Amino acid sequence: MDYATVAKAVQQGGTLYFIVIFLAGCAYAFWPKKKAEFDAAARLPLEEDA
Amino acid sequence: MWKKHGKLERHSMLLLVSTLVVVSIGGLVEIAPLFWLESTVEKVEGVRPYTPLELAGRDIYVREGCYVCHSQMIRPLRDEVERYGHYSLAAESMYDHPFQWGSKRTGPDLARVGGKYSDGWHVDHLKDPRAVVPESVMPPYGFLADKELDYRDIADKLKAQQAVGVPYSAADVTNAKADLEAQADEFSDASGLKARYGQKITVRDFDGDPARVTEMDALVAYLQMLGTLVDFSTYQAEAPENRR
Amino acid sequence: MSVTTSAERGTPLDAVILAVGLGLGAFLSLLMAAGTADPLFRIHAYVFLAAFTLGLGVVVVRLTDPARREDGSRYMDGVVRAGVVASMFWGLAGFAVGCLIAAQLAFPNLFYFPDLPWTNFGRMRPLHTSAVIFAFGGNVLIASSFYVVQRTCKARLFGGLLPWFVFWGYQLFIVLAATGYLMGVTQSREYAEPEWYVDIWLTIVWVAYLLAFLGTIWKRQEKHIYVANWFYLGFIVTIALLHVVNNLAIPVSAFASHSYSLFAGVQDALTQWWYGHNAVGFLLTVPFLAMMYYFVPKRAERPVYSYRLSIVHFWSLIFIYIWAGPHHLHYTALPQWAQTLGMTFSIMLWMPSWGGMINGLMTLSGAWDKLRTDPVIRMMVVALAFYGMATFEGPLMSVRAVNALSHYTDWTIGHVHAGALGWVGFISFGALYCLVPWLWNKPGLYSIKLVEWHFWIATTGTLLYICSMWVSGIMEGLMWREYTSEGFLAYSFVETVSAKHVSNVIRLLGGLMFLGGAGVMAFNLWKTIRMPSAAPEAARLVAQPALAAAE
Repeated sequence: MDYATVAKAVQQGGTLYFIVIFLAGCAYAFWPKKKAEFDAAARLPLEEDA
Repeated sequence: MWKKHGKLERHSMLLLVSTLVVVSIGGLVEIAPLFWLESTVEKVEGVRPYTPLELAGRDIYVREGCYVCHSQMIRPLRDEVERYGHYSLAAESMYDHPFQWGSKRTGPDLARVGGKYSDGWHVDHLKDPRAVVPESVMPPYGFLADKELDYRDIADKLKAQQAVGVPYSAADVTNAKADLEAQADEFSDASGLKARYGQKITVRDFDGDPARVTEMDALVAYLQMLGTLVDFSTYQAEAPENRR
Repeated sequence: MSVTTSAERGTPLDAVILAVGLGLGAFLSLLMAAGTADPLFRIHAYVFLAAFTLGLGVVVVRLTDPARREDGSRYMDGVVRAGVVASMFWGLAGFAVGCLIAAQLAFPNLFYFPDLPWTNFGRMRPLHTSAVIFAFGGNVLIASSFYVVQRTCKARLFGGLLPWFVFWGYQLFIVLAATGYLMGVTQSREYAEPEWYVDIWLTIVWVAYLLAFLGTIWKRQEKHIYVANWFYLGFIVTIALLHVVNNLAIPVSAFASHSYSLFAGVQDALTQWWYGHNAVGFLLTVPFLAMMYYFVPKRAERPVYSYRLSIVHFWSLIFIYIWAGPHHLHYTALPQWAQTLGMTFSIMLWMPSWGGMINGLMTLSGAWDKLRTDPVIRMMVVALAFYGMATFEGPLMSVRAVNALSHYTDWTIGHVHAGALGWVGFISFGALYCLVPWLWNKPGLYSIKLVEWHFWIATTGTLLYICSMWVSGIMEGLMWREYTSEGFLAYSFVETVSAKHVSNVIRLLGGLMFLGGAGVMAFNLWKTIRMPSAAPEAARLVAQPALAAAE
């Protein structure tokens, strides 16, 4: 395998991999059903003692 | 109340494993090819493992943390090449465990400092930098000249270098101590040393104190060989096999 | 309150395991001391021996005296208090060493001592960086993570004495690293200087840390794991990975302090900067963002601006950071495809960084008046501002053309300190100002006015530092590449050194101001601790948030 092949594979693969992870993260974060859980979670630091 | 899902609770382990996967793949994809891509390191003539004295000197360079102020990596930029010499090749640090490319130039680059100044200049400059270069901010290293080099473990050091992949031969290891002593004494019989490491090896008393082998001897021996191994009059920088 | 759980009444397994471990450690260190011919290695063997023996003594006393066992129905705050004190101590020490080495560069004739090799810049500089990053930063992180994970999981720390082992084990690591640098025991890998046996010790401590943290999450009484804990967990796991891979080495012998890195040259360089950049990413950024996600909402008394954004923030940040390392090796012998990859991801890093910053800042929307009335909030907001600035500057400097100028110069030093003093320092100060009254059960800080003083002294000092390094960095970068009309290099190297003198003096002044501010803070926190407590026996019971006393 030469320089150009590896460079291309790594750069394109890396970008694709990033897009997949990013979309997965967004889907999880913005899943409508999750809204209530996240809203409750956001209040966690405020509801405990001291 | 939240109930646990068995011993290894599911959510936290999922989080842990996902994090590990995300960070490992990134690192792996980026670093691993450097190990199996042959074009990562150029094939050049002249690069050899350090002699025992140079290795001991390099260990002092590492011990004193010289890398925090001196780089050993000349970039292919016009001013750097004119100031310091030919840009650094990957091959030139292929036996450097650890690499000492550095990240900061509070002092000048040292990748090709070898042979640029006399031994005496180096000794004077290390002892009192401002006596030689009044504007210098370098710390004084006079104590190196007072301290005898402790090289009882030099054969062990070569063995450890062998273990990390430096091609020292069994003879190199056996003769490590003798080779070290021979290189620091210009009246010694250095034929064995030269047979093992090459005819270009400089054999002399580096610190101006022939009675002892000091840490100064070792450090100056190391500094004086830096960047001198590759013959750039014959190196073809533009050749396809050297372009990366 | 004196009721103990069944686990606490039974055999204290944690103490037995710890005692056996410490005994084994003491025995091993005795072997180390006996077998070595290396005087530096022997000194460290004795340090190990002393620490293990002392630890063993303490544990045995605890084992034999049940009255000394901690009340398991409460949050474990003793170890957090110890962490706060240690943070303050190492912070002052680290800042002071920073001032000393700044003084050495400004006035070399006054601050170098030819007879004291250990005071030389080459040994003190790693002492400074490790003291501020690992000793100050590390202690702040361990202490704050132990505090936050208990509160957000409503569970006591896991593992009985385990968190105490983490705390003291980590202090031992700091002492070994610091004394090692001064004696010349170093790998000379930036931010990974400790030698192989210190690395092994840190690995043991770090696994214990992961276990204590993760175990607490397992015990939690909330379904959801709060996002701050994601950031802390990401930090612990990734630092473990980075630490182990980057420190792979073969020691000269089992009884020698020195070792040789497993990798060489270009591979070693990339491994090191993969580590080095992610030490910035996963030690100086990710867990400090965890602190932001807890302390900013807590202090502002409102939930984080967008919890969903915080999740996207987490994944994109940890994903992108891990790729950015090669930007430290632009124009070097590293193959160009790796440089390009590093640069691309470094530029992309700008987005999650600013997403996180905006999320933190907007948490204050509707409560902006607190900026005026509460200097602690202001400190954290300024931390976020510096974070935003440093994470804008970073991607800029990772562009190859810019890096050609900035690399090897003081500009990099200025950039690091924008992040270190401005972001890490200020968010830590903010958290410590919050934590001390909470932990010692005080109605508030001893003096808000002193916080104001600290804020203004430290902010001015930080700005002086950054600006002087911008000036000297860009100046020396330009001078190095300056040509005369005849086509010769215009300046010798040493002319660029002497040209930086004024900047070096201003940098020293900035550093001294930052140190002074920290001194004011230490005084203020000390006086706060000495104040009479708010209410006796305030409720710190686990899982009984309803009984909580108001702050």
